[in-house]
Amino acid sequence: MKALAARRHHRLAPVVLLLLALLVTGGVYALLAPSPASADTASVQDIETGEKLFQANCATCHGPDAEGSDTVPSLVGVGAAAVDFQVSTGRMPMQASGPQAIEKPAQMDAEQTSQLAAYVASLGAGPAIPTDEMVDASKGDPALGASVFRTNCAMCHNAIGAGGALSEGKFAPALLDVEPRNIYQAMLTGPQSMPVFNDANITPEEKRDVIAYLAEQHDGSAGGLTLGSLGPVSEGLWVWVVGMGLLVGAAVWIGAKSS
Amino acid sequence: MSDEKSSTELTSGHPEKFTDPGMPEHRQRRADVEPAASKRAERQVAALFGISVIGTIGSMVAYFAIRPDGTTAGTRLSNLTLGLGIAFALLGIGLAAVHWAKAIMSDHEVVEERHEQRSPDDVREAAVQKLDDGIADSGIARRGVLKGAALSALALFPLTIAVPLVSSVGGDWNVSKFRHTRWEKGMRLATDPTGRPIRAADVTMGNVFHVIPDVSEEERESHEWITEKAKAVVLLVRMDPRDLKEAPDREGWSYDGIVAYSKICTHVGCPVALYEQQTHHLLCPCHQSTFDVADGAKVVFGPAHRPLPQLPIEIDDEGYLVAQSDFHEPVGPSYWERLK
Repeated sequence: MKALAARRHHRLAPVVLLLLALLVTGGVYALLAPSPASADTASVQDIETGEKLFQANCATCHGPDAEGSDTVPSLVGVGAAAVDFQVSTGRMPMQASGPQAIEKPAQMDAEQTSQLAAYVASLGAGPAIPTDEMVDASKGDPALGASVFRTNCAMCHNAIGAGGALSEGKFAPALLDVEPRNIYQAMLTGPQSMPVFNDANITPEEKRDVIAYLAEQHDGSAGGLTLGSLGPVSEGLWVWVVGMGLLVGAAVWIGAKSS
Repeated sequence: MSDEKSSTELTSGHPEKFTDPGMPEHRQRRADVEPAASKRAERQVAALFGISVIGTIGSMVAYFAIRPDGTTAGTRLSNLTLGLGIAFALLGIGLAAVHWAKAIMSDHEVVEERHEQRSPDDVREAAVQKLDDGIADSGIARRGVLKGAALSALALFPLTIAVPLVSSVGGDWNVSKFRHTRWEKGMRLATDPTGRPIRAADVTMGNVFHVIPDVSEEERESHEWITEKAKAVVLLVRMDPRDLKEAPDREGWSYDGIVAYSKICTHVGCPVALYEQQTHHLLCPCHQSTFDVADGAKVVFGPAHRPLPQLPIEIDDEGYLVAQSDFHEPVGPSYWERLK
């Protein structure tokens, strides 16, 4: 400790401290970051358990019959896909009201999610949870997916799915780490601000192509640092701060007299 | 009072005229006085050149050993190693040269007075004399034909540039093209980019379709299509008919809660396509103009000035959505003949 105390006035001390703080923050985040849950396909026997779960966790807002109210949507006819999307990504049960329900660690495990989905699906016909084959990125055509994505998704979710801002605190989330199943379900059910893209609009094959396109983006950019793929904002910041800073530093060095 | 006092003190403290402090005293660099420092600077310059050599070798190794293998990661690694090699190769030379000049080369300040810009009188007179001699020798004052011919040639030459420029500017002033799009009565609405016609039953609640006119495959492959599509793109939305506010003169332009609006922003023409299903607001990604699709696509926020033009739609015998007509107003941003 004495050695440390002696060196705390060293001119590199702030830099070392900053690096340490960044390392600790990153490490803690990596440990505590939510990992997406997965759900098996639901079976009819689970409906009863699902109803109990519903009454305990969801009925406060959505009502005992899941019919909703003026401010809360009815769940009759939303289908298992909507439930699986909302619950497995942790958006529901909602923790606090805000501009939109945000992703958080799932409150229910895969079995409970599928039971809940089975119950809500039994209330009225709605879209089902897609099978593994329907969301298998390796079976899709990324090039076709890119053209569908460009027209239908890119304006909100960014050209490679890095997400973007909407109005009044709402935002389109990044898609790069979203489970393929959840991507499919989001298109099919249109959660929150997102519109619905039903099978007549974007066919199941095209949905899989979109998933394949997004899977391609996991490899990153061949050009090197993507800077968040946010376009001129992060690139401009980099150029103006880091790039110009280096140039100014070089000019000062060249102009300074040698010691 | 105290302010006044201090200000007078300040003015009186200023000298009448600043004297030229002259050149700062010459300070010897360490390399000038210490042989060890001089040697060190030399070693540093050599080391910087060495870094350049290592960079060059590194880029050669990268070029031959790390070939792009077709994958994204492989291309990235190849780019990165090549780039780093070239960067160190050039940076090493540059840093070494600057350091050499700063630390080793002599640092005697030299003053070079700027010469007067005006030439001496005798040089000016000689130049004018040469010009006059030339004019007299050419005989331009006597030879009227040559004078006319030379002036004509010089005056006509700019036409070779001016005529093509001006004529191509004026070549496409057909403003009526901006007033019309590819939409016409009975033309089906089709999905963009796949071109499938859309049935009204396909458009379920909360859906948004990005729509192009249902034209033939050949037309979609044609050169002109990109221009036509740029004017004709439409956003199709279905909402609860109770949410829909329709102007009296536009009743019958929608079908069972399905409305179609031009996707071209009336501000500067970006594709407006960020649709929020719950608020029925449509955002433009360029300047955040926001249109209320439930209320005639009126502007609720942002720099846009006019509502998005609405495409009147109905269904045909087979249940497909079709246009009742073209847009009733020009799509896209304002242009000066728009109101004529």
